[in-house]
Amino acid sequence: MSIFVDSDTKVIVQGLTGGQGRFHGLRNRDYGTKIVGGVTPGKGGTDVEGIPIFDSVEEAVVATGATASFVVVPPRFAAEAVIEAAKAGVSFVVCITEYIPAQDEARMYNTLRRDYPGTRLLGPNCPGVISPGQCNIGITSGDIALAGGPVGIVSRSGTLTYQALYDLSQKGVGQTTCVGIGGDPVPGTNFIDCLAAFEADTDTKAVIMIGEIGGSEEERAAEFIKEHMTKPVVAYIAGVTAPAGKKMGHAGAIISGSQGTAQAKMKALAEAGVTVAKNPTEAAELMVEIVSKLK
Amino acid sequence: MDLFEYQGKQFFAQYGIATSPGDVADTVDHAVDIADSVGYPAVIKAQVQVGGRGKAGGIKIVNNREEAKIQAGNILGMDIKGHLVKRVWVEHASDIEKEYYVSFTLDRSAKLHMAMVSAKGGVEIEDVALTDPEAIVKYHVNPLDGITIAEARDIAVRAGIDKPAIDGVSEILVKLYDAFVKGDADLVEINPLILTPEHKVHALDAKVTLDDAAAFRHPEWEAYRATQEYDGREKLAKELGLNYIGLDGNVGIIANGAGLAMSTLDVVNQVGGQAANFLDLGGGADANTMTSALEVINTDHNVKSVLINIFGGITRCDDIARGIIEALSRVELKDPLVIRLDGTNAAEARKIIEPYVSDKLIVRPTMMDAAQTAVNLANGGDVK
Repeated sequence: MSIFVDSDTKVIVQGLTGGQGRFHGLRNRDYGTKIVGGVTPGKGGTDVEGIPIFDSVEEAVVATGATASFVVVPPRFAAEAVIEAAKAGVSFVVCITEYIPAQDEARMYNTLRRDYPGTRLLGPNCPGVISPGQCNIGITSGDIALAGGPVGIVSRSGTLTYQALYDLSQKGVGQTTCVGIGGDPVPGTNFIDCLAAFEADTDTKAVIMIGEIGGSEEERAAEFIKEHMTKPVVAYIAGVTAPAGKKMGHAGAIISGSQGTAQAKMKALAEAGVTVAKNPTEAAELMVEIVSKLK
Repeated sequence: MDLFEYQGKQFFAQYGIATSPGDVADTVDHAVDIADSVGYPAVIKAQVQVGGRGKAGGIKIVNNREEAKIQAGNILGMDIKGHLVKRVWVEHASDIEKEYYVSFTLDRSAKLHMAMVSAKGGVEIEDVALTDPEAIVKYHVNPLDGITIAEARDIAVRAGIDKPAIDGVSEILVKLYDAFVKGDADLVEINPLILTPEHKVHALDAKVTLDDAAAFRHPEWEAYRATQEYDGREKLAKELGLNYIGLDGNVGIIANGAGLAMSTLDVVNQVGGQAANFLDLGGGADANTMTSALEVINTDHNVKSVLINIFGGITRCDDIARGIIEALSRVELKDPLVIRLDGTNAAEARKIIEPYVSDKLIVRPTMMDAAQTAVNLANGGDVK
């Protein structure tokens, strides 16, 4: 089992004819993901390496029965592309686009929340989701993941997600699903959504959560873990030494005043019974220990 | 991008938000001319992006041409907490009956816009939030709906804004929201928003942070960008397309991905060192990106060793390795490099680097090992 996506998930790629879309879309297909179509307005009827292209998401969904979409379009068109997918009834949208204007992102999020509550958005500015051995939507390198579980991973950072996947796989511990929620201020899917899904997934036995400075999502996740999670959670928070007032790469990674520090997040998580690691490698080591005791 | 006060006022003017009549000057003569034309008493305000400029002597009221000349001369060129005053804003001094606070920003938890209004303006709003949180009214605005004048009035009334100011404050709230959304700002703040004895409401200060991601639809921001102040290295890094932030330590950092870069700073700290910078190469970095990164760090005289921490995803480690080797031929590096490469094509990358390994180019198998070695070297120790 897995969360959000599995071997039956049919995926269309919005922007498949672009450089990035083609590269990652084909890479996802090579991994075994069911990429059933692409969408580029004006290019309907053509194909990319045998994958049919449609003019609209609606046409693609009708023709292929896709339930998921991978949005790889430039920032100025991304919000509209996500909303188009939701309108067409796509229930799971992964948007990797970085630098979507904050005003567009807030409108996009609230449009989905109000008008298309049946659509889950992952991202934007995220690496995507991978259920190892089943489905990979996004930019994660499939070969660093190991199928078979029992660990679920949820992370705000791309490279730290890869690091966690790699460390676990190297030590022979597999993953059910690895979700990158992204580093923007208004992520479509947050820690709690993923933690709740992992808690409900019978094959996931433990969860690694990787957070970073900025916002208060980690603190809210700590509250959720305290009240609702029975499965062990190991957390790592990046940015302990980050200075206040500077955006550390991600639009959402900024300490403003006393808000959003790594220290506050680590404290909240520790108080919720989470095992807090000092660095990503230690997080994997602690998880290996937990998993060995499960068996 | 944070705007200077004068730019914030120009930005507000586009959305019909009233400010005191005034203008910006970068010479004493021009400042005096503006003071003459707006009429005395006038205020001369240092244009720096740092708090506490009043206390530092950067804001002065002048009553005549002579005083204007003296004070403009004092303030221009002044150093306020490390910020050089290059410009002053000169405006007619307003008579103030009351000072209020209004702002719009994004509430990340609620994922909605949020208005904040307080009848206690003119002081640091963070202090009000600590000592008298009840004095700040917070109101969520759904970006799909916007804010109506009726809602704005309701907020103003709840915030305890004085009766004669209700109309003026609510009108400004609606215009300020318009500026926030159409102007693609992350923050718009007026503190103080004043009520004059003639019962007029207008902005006495302007704090605006623009969303850099929206720059593509605002060609007019070019003028704001021209006045942004970066230190030399931050400027160079920006030109080279790198995400760089200067820090105080002596271990130069190059990593791919914001999370890994942040984590690298932390790990350096954990093993007893201090990072000299945050530098994220971004996704898909190649030889050119790597060379640029090394060029930027090479200009930092505090740096004693450089830690390159790469986890290949989209970024291919062999590209990074070629970049490092190429950089060695293009730039004369003053500091030893400690390299850790994992992920996509890491084995090939290590092979590429192997012939060049020396006491100035060290490869370590893990992030922790690499950090430890880089810190030892920066602190004057040897490779072991």
